[in-house]
Amino acid sequence: MKRVALSGNYAVAYAVKMADVDFVAAYPITPQTPIVEKISEFIANGELEAEYVNVESEHSAISACVGASLTGARVFTATSSQGLAYMHEVLFMASSLRTPIVMANVNRALSHPLNIWNDHSDAMPERDCGWIQFWVESAQEAFDTTIQAFKIAEEVLLPVMVNLDGFILSHVYEAVELPDEELVRDYIPSKPLINRVSPKLSYTIGVVGPPEYYFEMKYQVLEAIERSRNNINNVNKEFSKIFGRKYGNINNYMMEDAKYALITMGAVTGTAKFVVNELRKKGEKVGLISIRCFRPFPMDEVIKLLEDVKGVGVLDRALTPGGPGHPLYTDICCALYNAKNKPIIQSFVGGLGGRDILVDDFIKMFEIVKEVSEEGRPKPCVYIGLRG
Amino acid sequence: MKTWKEIPIGAMIIEPGSSIEFDVTLWRVFRPVLDKNKCTKCGLCWIYCPEGAIMVKEDGSYEINLSYCKGCGICQKSCNVKAITMVREDEKSST
Repeated sequence: MKRVALSGNYAVAYAVKMADVDFVAAYPITPQTPIVEKISEFIANGELEAEYVNVESEHSAISACVGASLTGARVFTATSSQGLAYMHEVLFMASSLRTPIVMANVNRALSHPLNIWNDHSDAMPERDCGWIQFWVESAQEAFDTTIQAFKIAEEVLLPVMVNLDGFILSHVYEAVELPDEELVRDYIPSKPLINRVSPKLSYTIGVVGPPEYYFEMKYQVLEAIERSRNNINNVNKEFSKIFGRKYGNINNYMMEDAKYALITMGAVTGTAKFVVNELRKKGEKVGLISIRCFRPFPMDEVIKLLEDVKGVGVLDRALTPGGPGHPLYTDICCALYNAKNKPIIQSFVGGLGGRDILVDDFIKMFEIVKEVSEEGRPKPCVYIGLRG
Repeated sequence: MKTWKEIPIGAMIIEPGSSIEFDVTLWRVFRPVLDKNKCTKCGLCWIYCPEGAIMVKEDGSYEINLSYCKGCGICQKSCNVKAITMVREDEKSST
């Protein structure tokens, strides 16, 4: 084990190297590019033996990954924003063909207007594509989750997306504990998955699913992602035993006796933790939940954690224009609708297109949560820092 | 038909020749009816049928397998002696 300074992007690249991937196809896009640059460097240096394919677009990148994964190879790709959007149709094929691809998505806003900065509007439209989605808070978690992602993907035969916030995580250097390579290779041994395109097998892949079959074929993905909850829990447990760092489907902070809470995703959780600490010093019973595993969504954990909470604020960093609520908020509402004891749920949107969410913004959010809880009903969505 | 548990993972077809199991009877609006008295056994319908739904019997005569016939009518057009007529599925044929 060694402790090194790595950016979030490089942490992912090191995880990919240690996972001994066989195949990488990618197209550069800010802020993801340093991941695949570093991987191509590893391959060029002979530190990683893998096939690296320079493709002409993200659509081709993910398509090449699907094909490679069908041969039983361990496959990785990375993208951001427009790149992920361009992959959209193939993402569904990757999950339905049950290809265990691991992809890092470095979260960046979608155009228009063109914006290279961080928010969650790229990954949110891909909620329903049948991929397992993780959201990480630190470079260390980006490294660890990427390692876990290979384990989970190959166990349940579903693709896994590891989301890390653009620039805030991807380009910021943090101390990262890199385990010994042998330890990682023992944990995720390169056992070839079945080669489904071998000439020895006469498989037809990518079939037509007429009305008589399509439903059953899609249900397999649904069942697999539901079943993955167990695998994810086991991987979390096993990982903490081997590597010493503990992760859950949700990471909660100071929730034991909390009366008011915020729910966040990604790197912004760090600032929120700081605010929770400050408010705790003043005697406020506040806590924080960060959704780490967004698909499959941790309903039971959310319900249990919020049993005794009076009010909760949900911070979205993406929009659902014209919807009943923004993405995370609607999921939380849906999870809690049938709960016996449910808090007042207040929606917040902030940090779009890379706008910072500051300490004072979190203090304000906690104040609003407290206020609406006492009133007994939430306000319409509060847009943090919006002018006018 | 197979349940979601029985369909191979990733909706793969893992046995060759699976189209044999796929009955397209319900796709048809018209079905071809062959008049064996008019048929000269020339084999043009057998050549033209895009689905391979026309079978040659041992005695050289032809038979239409309605499990695989989609009712396109190409066999009728190809028949020079008009031995094939297309009949609506909801009508009874005279032969």
